[in-house]
Amino acid sequence: MTKWNLIFDVARCNSCNNCVLATKDEYLFNRFDGYSEPAPRLGDLWLTLQRKERGKAPMMDVSHYITTCQQCDNAPCISERSKGVITKRADGIVTIDPAAANGRKDLVETCPYGQIFWNEELQVPQKWSFDAHLIDAGRKEPRCVTACPTRAIEAVKLDDAKMAALASDQDLQQLNPELGTKPRIWYRNFDRVTANFLGGTVVRVRDGIEDNVEGVEVRLAVNGEVHASCRTDIYGDFRFDQLPAPIEGSLQVLADDGRLLAALDFQITESRYLGIIEIDA
Amino acid sequence: PDGSTRYTQMTNGGPLHVYVRDGRILRTDVIEFGADDPEPWTIEARGRRFSPQRKGCVAPHSLTLKSTVYSEDRILYPMKRVDFDPSGERNPQNRGISGYERISWDEALDIVGSEILRQKRVHGPGAIALAHPSHHQWGNVGYYLSAMMRFGNTVGVTRVVLNPDSWEGWYWGAMHHHGGSMRLGTGSGYGTLEDALKEADQIVYWSADPESQFGGYSGTEASQRRLWAKELGIEAIHINPHYSPTAAFTGGKWFPIVPGTDTALALALMYVWITEDTYDHHFVENRSTGFEEWKDYILGKTDGVPKTPEWQEGETGIAARDCRSLARSWASKKTYLGVGMAGLGFGGACRNASGIQWARAMVMLMAMQGWGRPGVNLGNLAMGTPVDLEFYFPGYADGGMSGELQNTASATNNYVRMPHLLSMNPVRQIVPRQRLPEAILDGKATGYLLDPTSIEAQFMPFEYPAPGYSKIHMLYRYGGSAMGTIADSSRFAKMYRSPELECVVSQSIWMEGETGFADIILPACTQFERFDIGEWNNTGGFGFHWQSAVNHRVIALQHKCIEPLGESRSDYQILWDVCKRIGLGNYFSEGCSELDWAKRVYESSDVAKHISWKDLCRKGYYIVPPEPPALRAPVDMRWFYEGRPKDVPEPFPLPGGYSDKWLHGLQTQSSKFEFIPSSLKRLDPEQADRPALMRYTRPFEGARDGERYKRFPIQLLTPHQRFSFHTSQDGKGSAISDLADHRMPIGGHYYQIVRISPSDAASRGIGHRQLVKVWNDQGAVICAAEVTPRLVEGVAHSYESSASYKPIGEPGASPDIGGCMNILTPNRMQADGTVASAGSLCMVEIEPWSGDGAIQEAAE
Ligand SMILES: Nc1nc2c(c(=O)[nH]1)N[C@H]1C(S)=C(S)[C@@H](COP(=O)(O)OP(=O)(O)OC[C@H]3O[C@@H](n4cnc5c(=O)[nH]c(N)nc54)[C@H](O)[C@@H]3O)O[C@H]1N2
Ligand SMILES: Nc1nc2c(c(=O)[nH]1)N[C@H]1C(S)=C(S)[C@@H](COP(=O)(O)OP(=O)(O)OC[C@H]3O[C@@H](n4cnc5c(=O)[nH]c(N)nc54)[C@H](O)[C@@H]3O)O[C@H]1N2
Ligand code: SF4
Ligand code: SF4
Ligand SMILES: [Ca+2]
Ligand SMILES: [Mo+4]
Repeated sequence: MTKWNLIFDVARCNSCNNCVLATKDEYLFNRFDGYSEPAPRLGDLWLTLQRKERGKAPMMDVSHYITTCQQCDNAPCISERSKGVITKRADGIVTIDPAAANGRKDLVETCPYGQIFWNEELQVPQKWSFDAHLIDAGRKEPRCVTACPTRAIEAVKLDDAKMAALASDQDLQQLNPELGTKPRIWYRNFDRVTANFLGGTVVRVRDGIEDNVEGVEVRLAVNGEVHASCRTDIYGDFRFDQLPAPIEGSLQVLADDGRLLAALDFQITESRYLGIIEIDA
Repeated sequence: PDGSTRYTQMTNGGPLHVYVRDGRILRTDVIEFGADDPEPWTIEARGRRFSPQRKGCVAPHSLTLKSTVYSEDRILYPMKRVDFDPSGERNPQNRGISGYERISWDEALDIVGSEILRQKRVHGPGAIALAHPSHHQWGNVGYYLSAMMRFGNTVGVTRVVLNPDSWEGWYWGAMHHHGGSMRLGTGSGYGTLEDALKEADQIVYWSADPESQFGGYSGTEASQRRLWAKELGIEAIHINPHYSPTAAFTGGKWFPIVPGTDTALALALMYVWITEDTYDHHFVENRSTGFEEWKDYILGKTDGVPKTPEWQEGETGIAARDCRSLARSWASKKTYLGVGMAGLGFGGACRNASGIQWARAMVMLMAMQGWGRPGVNLGNLAMGTPVDLEFYFPGYADGGMSGELQNTASATNNYVRMPHLLSMNPVRQIVPRQRLPEAILDGKATGYLLDPTSIEAQFMPFEYPAPGYSKIHMLYRYGGSAMGTIADSSRFAKMYRSPELECVVSQSIWMEGETGFADIILPACTQFERFDIGEWNNTGGFGFHWQSAVNHRVIALQHKCIEPLGESRSDYQILWDVCKRIGLGNYFSEGCSELDWAKRVYESSDVAKHISWKDLCRKGYYIVPPEPPALRAPVDMRWFYEGRPKDVPEPFPLPGGYSDKWLHGLQTQSSKFEFIPSSLKRLDPEQADRPALMRYTRPFEGARDGERYKRFPIQLLTPHQRFSFHTSQDGKGSAISDLADHRMPIGGHYYQIVRISPSDAASRGIGHRQLVKVWNDQGAVICAAEVTPRLVEGVAHSYESSASYKPIGEPGASPDIGGCMNILTPNRMQADGTVASAGSLCMVEIEPWSGDGAIQEAAE
């Protein structure tokens, strides 16, 4: 039995919001009988984009990822309380029956991801249901996927074992796995959101002129053990990414012959640009 | 299956399938190409093969259109200002204050028609001015350069003419060094996508954020190409005071430069190239003139100031060591310089007080690194796809049904291929749009021509009033964007309330911006409510062959998807109806409906050779097959670098514009790249703001020195909207209102966002999402603050082009909660002898705002 999953790739997303707007367009003013009541004109976005900013000028990084109903397999929104209202379909999609849901504001709080929205005007809880009405009519993917210019979002229909293999193969992450909800939305290159970087610039002064130093080795050590190493680029910059948070350790700048040119200890709880590290010579 | 009908539209951000059910738009969807559509091109580079996806990748503003079609701010009936009595008291002083009453079309057209005739009789030719924006909903028929142009000629109007607002520094500056007047001083981009992917090592995005400006009209077509470049290891460098969405997407080194100082960095790069001898001697020695004199300036022999990396550091805030690293990297690697939205020109930096310098410096950088050498060109992957450019279809500036041969490209395109009536404006008086308020309020204004025929045409001044013509006493305004888009926009609020204007007509789709200053409002419909025909990103005119920005040339019949809402009518219909009132209905229309005109455009084009009219109407679009690799356009400037006759497919410059034999050399007097332009020498070699030998000077607005800086220590950038096309999809309950990067809802009102650095926020006690007053001597705008490390101390960022103008008190003299940042920008021109707008950078102070009561009232 194959089921729907959505894979989002942080590294491919240009943050154009086409996915957000295509989804909004689908539900704005539209009633799909048995599937959904119209979305409110303004206010809630059932699929939206989050932004993550790391570091500071001049070394920083900004990335984005979508948040929406995670189509959980172990969905807290589905319980005795929502029986006959919120359903897990055989293809993995979680839907809210708009007629049965009328007046059920109490269901909003059952989603730990905050993805059930209350439509005040129509008195109905709403969320993104994978464009189920389109999928059932034969469309091969939800609108957010079609609208995406970079293939940052993919819809795949796989059996669970294959999906699990793919997820481990490509290091796909889930949002708040600790909640145990078994989401069907997966995130590739999610380190850019969850991990930290540590960067700096190696410079030296010769004859009163300061210059960036290219090509020296920088080592990052934790508890005295080398965790990672890299070389500075033409701007003297180095950057260690995918660091866990928080982390403490030391940095060493080394000459080609292994001579220690500079060393410093660090302790970070979020991404950090250390600024200039001056070396002699 | 769901009972809907599928139509096709072409928009400013790409083609759409429009699904309609029960007379309402159900959805607007991306077009996925079918089995009967041609396969796309392939580019082979470094052992890889790249082909674009088989769909139209649109801009976000295209996907928000349905929400603005059904906006509560749509004008559904003709309206008259309640205290405007055409045959009695007109009360001009109440414009912008008093309300409106619904009137019938008959009454509206009677008033407008008889006022047109009255103006001519009472004041004489020139009394009626016609003002329009730079942009319009897509098409060849209903476009302002088509139907509206013909209307103006039919009536006889003082045209309110555009300055090259998109091009400024390139038109008034860069062009003098390299020619290219037909493109207003920018590059052409031919062949550069393939060249960049094959040869380039890095791309410098200098004042360029193509993932926000989407190459102009080409949607997100280039995003995928930037991923290809990344996969090939082509590095990105961003010189931009703002960590832009493009920087976030491509990564790479970021230089957060002090706005308005870029020229200093450019000069220092040249200094390093000269002192380390890493410039392209072949180009400089064989293809340029004036380098020795230029070199003396760079080295400081001329003015005693060597333009060293250390010198620029004090101006730009970029460390000298970084400047040296960039110079070395640029010289040792094959580098593309990608300026502005499409890599060929534009860029917010060309639109501030030092824009002319900056654009001049950019082309000099190109010359010193061998412009046209493999892997060295202008571009940022936005242009130069190998689509078939020989296939003819007109762009929006090619004249449509205007019959106007001087102010559109009709003479070489639509007019000769689609026989139709010539039209000509009997009024020679024109007025620059940047100076319209002065024309009305002070009774005089000077402008300079936007004329691409030669490098020198721009030197020609014109005066308002023109000898013997009437001053303006009636304004026919098409669209209503000026409060959001023209510098020092409070001027417009004052202008509208002048008794000099006896009648103001606004032909608008929405109630926004200036619309509420009109006496009579004629409700136009959106493009979904009328027929037209158009090609994606084909502008024609100054943007000749811009179709090479998209991956597939898509030509669409723009269906009338729904009936016009309320009593709104198509622009074409309104203009026709007005013409009928003055006895010129048939002259205006040739008896043709818009669909008839669309068919005539189709018949004049190459599309007619490939698909029948019926099939085009049914299918909705046609895709031009790509051409075989052997027929692809050669790379721009390669011919020049290699010393061959010009071989790129543009008929520019005009044959008489060469000073060497035809096709030999550039358009300049020497036919070479001129470091010291002979055109500027002939004008006035020592003209203070535009000397022939270019010099770095601090911008008059935006520099970090002087008295103003003390009072207004924040430099405010006002670049182009990302999610709206200028004012078009902003405000009016648009779906983009909810995007976190567009506006912020606070207390039920959607505020314009001003982005500020953490340190500026901290020193002023400003928190994230807090209301702030952004102000200077010209006025104040209330915004919501976003505190972000994407800006450094002293720089703030907010988009220009707010659609809504909501003063909390007297129009033009009280804080605006609509978000019109142009209230704060300078109306002074970049240089004497130009109408180069300088609005993209201004000085402001920002402080917490607590005047909630006043806002509550205004919001209601
Ligand atoms: N501070 C600052 N200011 C700037 C810039 C900047 O960088 N900074 N950039 C400048 C540049 S490059 C430009 S091009 C200008 C753009 O400035 P404008 O051209 O003034 O802006 P638009 O929003 O494109 O104006 C379009 C208007 O026409 C109306 N309209 C659109 N389609 C139709 C139609 O089919 N029928 C009718 N009747 N009306 C229609 C819209 O509602 C809107 O009112 O802004 C300039 N202003
Ligand atoms: N989505 C969307 N796309 C558009 C438009 C739109 O309104 N919306 N408008 C279209 C039009 S009419 C035009 S003319 C083009 C405009 O295209 P551009 O001229 O390229 O766009 P801008 O946003 O003005 O400027 C681009 C970048 O320049 C940076 N910048 C501003 N000042 C400086 C400076 O002093 N130095 C440096 N180094 N960088 C600076 C800004 O931060 C911005 O990221 O876009 C077109 N495309
Ligand atoms: S994200 Fe929330 S609404 Fe969606 S399935 Fe999981 S618990 Fe239910
Ligand atoms: S459409 Fe694609 S690229 Fe654009 S924001 Fe969504 S996921 Fe990112
Ligand atoms: Ca060709
Ligand atoms: Mo423009």
